[in-house]
Amino acid sequence: MSDPPSLTGGDLEAPTIEAPAHTPVDRDTAGDRRRLHDLWVAGTEEPEWVRDATDEGAQELLADTEEPALSVQRGTLVADDYMDDDTVDSDERQVINLGPQHPSTHGVLRLQLELDGETVRRVKPIIGYLHTGMEKTAETLPYTLGCTNVTRMDYLSPFANELCFSLAVEQLLGIDVPPRAAAIRVLMCELSRVASHLLWVATQGMDIGAISMMIYGWREREVVLGFFEAVTGLRMNHNYIRPGGVAADLPDGWEDEVEEILAVVPHGVAEYEELLSGNPIFLDRTQGIGVITPDECRAYGVTGPIARAAGITYDVRKVFPYGGIEQYTFEVPVGRHGDVYDRYKVRMEEIRQSLGISRQVLETMPPGDYRTEDRKVTPPPRRRIDQSMEALIHHFKIFTEGFKVPAGRVWQSVESARGDLGMYLVSDGSAKPWRLHVRGPSFAAVQALPVMLTDSLVADMISTLASTDPVLGDVDR
Amino acid sequence: MTDAPRNGTPVEEPATPDAAREMAFHPLLVDLAERFPHAVFDVAPPAAPSPDEMRVPVPIQDEVQLPVAQFADFMAAAREAGYETFLDLCAVDYLRRNPRFEVVAHVLATAVPHRLRVRIGVPASNPSVPSITSVYPGANFYEREAYDLFGIAFDGHPDLTRILMPDDWEGHPLRKDEAVGSVPVQFKGSHKAS
Repeated sequence: MSDPPSLTGGDLEAPTIEAPAHTPVDRDTAGDRRRLHDLWVAGTEEPEWVRDATDEGAQELLADTEEPALSVQRGTLVADDYMDDDTVDSDERQVINLGPQHPSTHGVLRLQLELDGETVRRVKPIIGYLHTGMEKTAETLPYTLGCTNVTRMDYLSPFANELCFSLAVEQLLGIDVPPRAAAIRVLMCELSRVASHLLWVATQGMDIGAISMMIYGWREREVVLGFFEAVTGLRMNHNYIRPGGVAADLPDGWEDEVEEILAVVPHGVAEYEELLSGNPIFLDRTQGIGVITPDECRAYGVTGPIARAAGITYDVRKVFPYGGIEQYTFEVPVGRHGDVYDRYKVRMEEIRQSLGISRQVLETMPPGDYRTEDRKVTPPPRRRIDQSMEALIHHFKIFTEGFKVPAGRVWQSVESARGDLGMYLVSDGSAKPWRLHVRGPSFAAVQALPVMLTDSLVADMISTLASTDPVLGDVDR
Repeated sequence: MTDAPRNGTPVEEPATPDAAREMAFHPLLVDLAERFPHAVFDVAPPAAPSPDEMRVPVPIQDEVQLPVAQFADFMAAAREAGYETFLDLCAVDYLRRNPRFEVVAHVLATAVPHRLRVRIGVPASNPSVPSITSVYPGANFYEREAYDLFGIAFDGHPDLTRILMPDDWEGHPLRKDEAVGSVPVQFKGSHKAS
């Protein structure tokens, strides 16, 4: 598109209405363009005061020159700083952008690709489109509200985020949670992994052309989300696992709902495997595609199903057990080739293992409290507030200031659906974190994308990208 | 609650090197402790094996404090010693403490298993740290993030540009003296109000 004609340039058709006489001398470009629009399109010139009074909420874009930050946001000012011109030695070589609005980037990931015909020669992941400063926000929220912040990071397995934050805070507080709370946490986290992997297999199938897979994966995931809704009241961003325990006890009849999940999901997984595992098209598009070696996984900090598909046996639940997970028996599935197909096999097996853990939790759910009885952390029951002055004070302190956490620094890792989710928490002894850093597993996976994608075909790139299962909320935070 | 600036900057108790030396080092750390005499180790006390447990409890995480100049060398030595997995790198702004910033790296020996935290004090006057991307390629994005959000430069980084914030952003938002502010949005007139 050519530049907009300037008002004074003379390349405009003569307007039917004279330009206003009271034109300010130092008017901005946006004003120019708006006035031009008025003259050119509407053919009318409304008084200045009318426009000022009526432009509230209008969505007219500001001029590019007015706000440099905006032009970057819009993508009109993008420096292709990565690609050197002198390396382009062929007419076939071109630089294209995939995303940030491309549906197969699973969010707002943007990949700058240098293509040689159909072959991807270089890849640069560009992130930050979903950056909302959640680590800064965490410093302004008391520990009582911290979970509602971190649960929005990895929005596909939110319980892992809440658990990680809660465990870190509990480490600093030096408190233990009751066995029932720990068991509920394990149950929710494992079902969260199931839901996340179901969504993954749905989108992976869709991205490589198995559209029906999308519907099937969603269908089974819905059962799990229904259980989450029954327990927490929400389908995502639950804010259910909190420092000191969980927000509420499991509802009546929860056993039946878990039984339903344990019946429906394995049936669904068997169906997917029937559809995909022996499917020649699926095999062609996944086997030997997007390979990453174990050494590369270690060097780039890639963990979770991607690393396990490459043959690394690292699972935080086994290596650094947390939150009572060590009481349950489960296997860590490991692949061998590090390609998309092995990631698929690993995730399918992880669904079964997680359902196995859920079955064990269902059978051994201990009775008792669902949160700690430490009154500094847990608010007292409502009826105690009427009877006890101390209970009233505790209630008041928790809901106005929050609880104070001893000064210190702590690292906590949990195995989320995407790998080693770590949080580094620094406390200064007040009721708010001094610093909360989140090590998102997707962040490392996105960083390793060039390793997996270089010299692959464009179509394989989509398959590989889907197989890394990036959640951009986790990457950008 | 008041809006007054919090005066509770975390207080660091100076670790005495001699006391740390007397502690039992994790097998992976023995060699590192000899090669880097200026490193201050804070190792977890060895846990007594409990008879009723199958596994002998081992400390799973230790910590070391280093001078800035030795960062890259130490990380290279740590990788050789067996910490082959890069886990994390982030920065912390302690504002009133000297040195003001701290770069914290976590590396992992998955086979052992053992996690090592490396802390580097970075002065506000010269916020610059040797890059470890040549040792751990995975540190690339993490160093860019620390640069973006804290303004800490990593010498030798191949592409030290902003990663999360827009390229022309001014300031480093996770510093403690940066306010939780608002961003100009695309609706006209709204940028005048902020």
